[in-house]
Amino acid sequence: MTDVDTTTAGGREVPRIVTSRWDLADGFTLDRYRETGGYEALRTALTTMTPAQVAEQVKGASLLGRGGAGFPAGVKWGFCPPGVFPRYLVVNGDESEPGTYKDRILMERDPHQLIEGMLLACYAIGVSQAFLYVRGEMALAQERIAEALNDAYAANLIGQNILGSDFSVDVILHWGAGAYIVGEETALIESLEGNRGMPRLKPPYFPAAKGLYMQPTVVNNVETLSNLPWIVARGGAAFADLGAENSKGTRLFAVSGHVRNPGVFEVEFGVTTFRDIIYGERYGDGIRDGNRLKSFIPGGASAPWFFDEHLDLPLETGAVGAAGSMLGSGAIVVMDETTDVVKAAWRVVRFFARESCGKCTPCREGTSWLEKILRRMLDGHGRPSDVDKLLDICDNISPAIAWPPKQTTICPLGPSAVSPIASAVLRFKDEFFAYCGGGEITVPISGKAYLSTPTTTVGAHS
Amino acid sequence: MARFTAENTAVADEIIARYPRKKSALIPLLHLAQEQDGHVTEDAMIHIAELVGVTPAEVLGTASFYEMFKREPVGDYVVNVCTNISCLLLGGEELLHHLERRLGVKAGSTTADGKFTLEDVECIAACTEAPCLQVNYRYFHKVTHDQVDELLDDLRAGKLAHEVPRHGTLSRVRQQLPDTRAGVAPPDRNVEPVWLARNETATEGDA
Ligand SMILES: Cc1cc2nc3c(=O)[nH]c(=O)nc-3n(C[C@H](O)[C@H](O)[C@H](O)COP(=O)(O)O)c2cc1C
Ligand code: SF4
Ligand code: FES
Repeated sequence: MTDVDTTTAGGREVPRIVTSRWDLADGFTLDRYRETGGYEALRTALTTMTPAQVAEQVKGASLLGRGGAGFPAGVKWGFCPPGVFPRYLVVNGDESEPGTYKDRILMERDPHQLIEGMLLACYAIGVSQAFLYVRGEMALAQERIAEALNDAYAANLIGQNILGSDFSVDVILHWGAGAYIVGEETALIESLEGNRGMPRLKPPYFPAAKGLYMQPTVVNNVETLSNLPWIVARGGAAFADLGAENSKGTRLFAVSGHVRNPGVFEVEFGVTTFRDIIYGERYGDGIRDGNRLKSFIPGGASAPWFFDEHLDLPLETGAVGAAGSMLGSGAIVVMDETTDVVKAAWRVVRFFARESCGKCTPCREGTSWLEKILRRMLDGHGRPSDVDKLLDICDNISPAIAWPPKQTTICPLGPSAVSPIASAVLRFKDEFFAYCGGGEITVPISGKAYLSTPTTTVGAHS
Repeated sequence: MARFTAENTAVADEIIARYPRKKSALIPLLHLAQEQDGHVTEDAMIHIAELVGVTPAEVLGTASFYEMFKREPVGDYVVNVCTNISCLLLGGEELLHHLERRLGVKAGSTTADGKFTLEDVECIAACTEAPCLQVNYRYFHKVTHDQVDELLDDLRAGKLAHEVPRHGTLSRVRQQLPDTRAGVAPPDRNVEPVWLARNETATEGDA
């Protein structure tokens, strides 16, 4: 069973904001949801607050988006051009970033919390039709949400004149059908329009201005919206009391891989450190079999890898960014000393090669060449020049292999593939060379993260 | 059988009516076709094109982008083994190879008796439960080789029919939109939602 905790490693009591019903066997039902305070925030908002006041609370909470990019939700809502309607809300429940596991649990165990969050957002933004896009492979989440929506409609919580007010909105459950790239917000919109899930160019297609059917559209992640009932019920200030300067509230992190106690944990955002969450008894509980840590992925497959020296960094957006990686989607994957990093790097690259939508050459060609070269190294046909070649291809996909990656493509997928591979190759180059008979790296790297890795002999040139 | 049955045509019409633009119903309708026939047939795509008002090629264009739509028959049970990073670290690949041996097919193919299709898939959002797999998109967490053998036996014997419906059936609960629904918001009708007027009233009141 997944573990949840109410305290940070520092011992301060922290409320469970989004996981409060995870331990309840029937937390997903409307009855239990209402018994535990559900839909009270909606009632309060509709009877005592204007839409602008709801938006104000969310802004005051400094709630950062939990889908990966970490943009403040309240600010994003404000980007909808005034006077242009209809506006749409699209909920991103496509969770597919390797290592990421939280949105599915939120949808399966507490679907009403998400729905209430959606309703609050629709009320605040002025949305009269919302779409909840659930990843295709998540059959149980679809069932739980369909049931929750049916019950909520029957209880006049969705539909016309909600709870007797002038607020009316429909929430439509929509399904994906298996494509990671559809998690990218403009691809999500394309998919919702019935098309191949290929990202649109930004600009001009920023969803807030030109989104679904070219109308103003807010795309928010499942976890982001699941925070809203709490924020509206207790006030944005109470949320902003928790966490660090630029990372407020609590946040879910999935800790997987070689830890003794893998799980999804709600912790105070920005305060808890990687060491706490990987080694803390209540969380990851340390590396299996008393092994040593080799590396860990701090924020999903797209994030550059971290090592021992990063353990004491807080789980805080700015600190992790400055150290050369990202918290991304809250996915921490731990690799112990037994890990074959060449194999691990290959598997991460294969993911990107498979999931590239094919629209941009650097992404389509680059990721598949990285995959082919790593595959041939694993198969025993690697050449000494291959390690250099890997970095050369990385450099072609995203020049200078910097962090954050330079954008050469329509969406960040292609450049994202570069960072984890480059970080692994530079840190563990002996292991890569061991697969193909020794050699030297000559490709110049300018990324901050990669320069700071101690075993790198690469000359800086920036 | 390949076009929608009368009953499913009615379901399809109802789904189409949920969206401001008909084409948005494409993916839901492709799922409906797969639910009906176990895979997406050419006739189904032609029927969907008629219902939605696009060309069959557009339906194929969309269908072929998404991994879940099978345009060839697949086994009664599609077994998706995750071999992505978290699962790889905890034996996902070994689990896949064990299944390949047990089923006598390589990942990506179907057993001769048409019972099982085995697939090597990307992360299925159960990373803390590695190694994991799905059968017809139902989860099995932290699976050992012994457990997977038992799982195959149980599936063959029809013991899991309640948990694992046949391939194509995704959500066994359909969203029902009652008469009290708010209705679609057409993109070409610029009408400000009435409740936003509350903001102005509040401002006037304050002034
Ligand atoms: C390749 C790619 C995949 C993404 N996948 C997801 C995803 O599965 N779920 C998600 O919420 N956001 C995903 N995102 C981020 C979305 O584009 C978007 O920023 C997010 O849904 C906005 O919601 P938030 O502001 O509430 O975080 C992805 C982005 C990229 C570039
Ligand atoms: S970067 Fe890759 S996934 Fe993104 S639009 Fe270009 S080809 Fe598609
Ligand atoms: S890596 Fe296997 S479920 Fe995520």
